[in-house]
Amino acid sequence: MNRVYELMFIVRPDMTEEDLDKLISTLQSAVPASSGTIKSVEKMGKRRLAYTVRRFHEGIYVLLHIQGGGEIIHELERRLRVTEQVIKFLTVRVDEEQKRLAKIKSIRDSRKKVSAQAPVTPEAAAAPAGEAPAATA
Amino acid sequence: MADETKAPEQASSGERPRSDGPRPGGDRPRFGGGGRPGGPGGPREGGRKFFRRKKVCKFCVEKIEDINYKDYRLLGQFVAESGKIVPRRLTGVCSPHQHRLSSAIKMARNIALLPFAGKIS
Repeated sequence: MNRVYELMFIVRPDMTEEDLDKLISTLQSAVPASSGTIKSVEKMGKRRLAYTVRRFHEGIYVLLHIQGGGEIIHELERRLRVTEQVIKFLTVRVDEEQKRLAKIKSIRDSRKKVSAQAPVTPEAAAAPAGEAPAATA
Repeated sequence: MADETKAPEQASSGERPRSDGPRPGGDRPRFGGGGRPGGPGGPREGGRKFFRRKKVCKFCVEKIEDINYKDYRLLGQFVAESGKIVPRRLTGVCSPHQHRLSSAIKMARNIALLPFAGKIS
């Protein structure tokens, strides 16, 4: 049960910071620790929406990183649907993608070591960009 | 307008600038004007008219593997003014990256990071 999800939701722009924190803590407590955890919360701030959602033009974006099984998402989404301040949400399962990226990165890193003699190959790595220092031998 | 006298640069975007066969990321340079089987302009006329604009896949060249729905600026480069996803014959993106790109754009549209139709604000 090691699935990793990203849950992004948008909250009305006229919500205060404390209300938002309350909402987030409600979500965190709603999930029993057995089925999973919310690994991190990232408040991405107020943004202009690309189109009008429920007559709002702006919204506060929040991103949660979640680890656990499917029921945790079920529960969280149920709560978000009920919450009136949340106007949109999107869940993406990312563990396969992360595996793929890690694999590519490890292949690239191992290749880089082979060609580590020549101080060339400025391979801009993937999402973990700027990690392996371009091996200038 | 038959002014293909210049180097294969300008042009309308009729070409499919993809070479066949497995393309490792950007290593193999795409020789233009070569014998592209079934390419337009058939018999060679001095090497022009084969494929103008050697468009390469931006993701392959820059080795960007993480095409995320969250970076709307990167995705916005592949979206037209009207909000439509630009076909890959115009952008030169290779097929697997185009699939990922279009799923990411659709996810971004769902979460209101990109519009379904209309200008990107």
